[in-house]
Amino acid sequence: MYPDPQVSELISRQFVPVRIHVKEQPTMWKRFNIRWTPTVLILAPDGAEAFRLEGYLPRDEFLAQLHLGLGFLAVNQKKWQPARQEFESVVERFPETDAAPEALYWAGVAKYSNSHDPNELRALGRQFKERYTDTAWAKRASIW
Amino acid sequence: MATDTIAWQKDVDGAIAEAKRAQKPLLLDFTAAPA
Repeated sequence: MYPDPQVSELISRQFVPVRIHVKEQPTMWKRFNIRWTPTVLILAPDGAEAFRLEGYLPRDEFLAQLHLGLGFLAVNQKKWQPARQEFESVVERFPETDAAPEALYWAGVAKYSNSHDPNELRALGRQFKERYTDTAWAKRASIW
Repeated sequence: MATDTIAWQKDVDGAIAEAKRAQKPLLLDFTAAPA
């Protein structure tokens, strides 16, 4: 995973990277409530957890999840435009991944949160009638 | 075989202090894999 140049580039550019081995730092596992390996946490600059990924994923799925995590970091800071951009980048760059329908949903949420225009949510509901129709995210969007 | 080029840190609290200074998020990778 990490030898992949796209993964390495994204992590090195976007994050302060920390690796914690179970045998070397067992107390950290309790501190961060780790249940399984591999687990990747994305923390805000103040150390608050924003995103958790448990278990191995192939490269594109992993990259998509990292971008989802960056989107949630922005959501937590109410930075709706950067959040929308991160989520939309997942849908555009990794449309076949499991992360894509989740990203589509949250892109719509970010748009609505920025504008407070209910038409954004209706548009999101329509999008899920056309793609990712059999996903849990389509069910969530079905109310719109 | 390709090698990992990421400059991983081990000191979590030191990394959080760096992240605060740089206003950059952290990625924590918990592993049990052999080094």
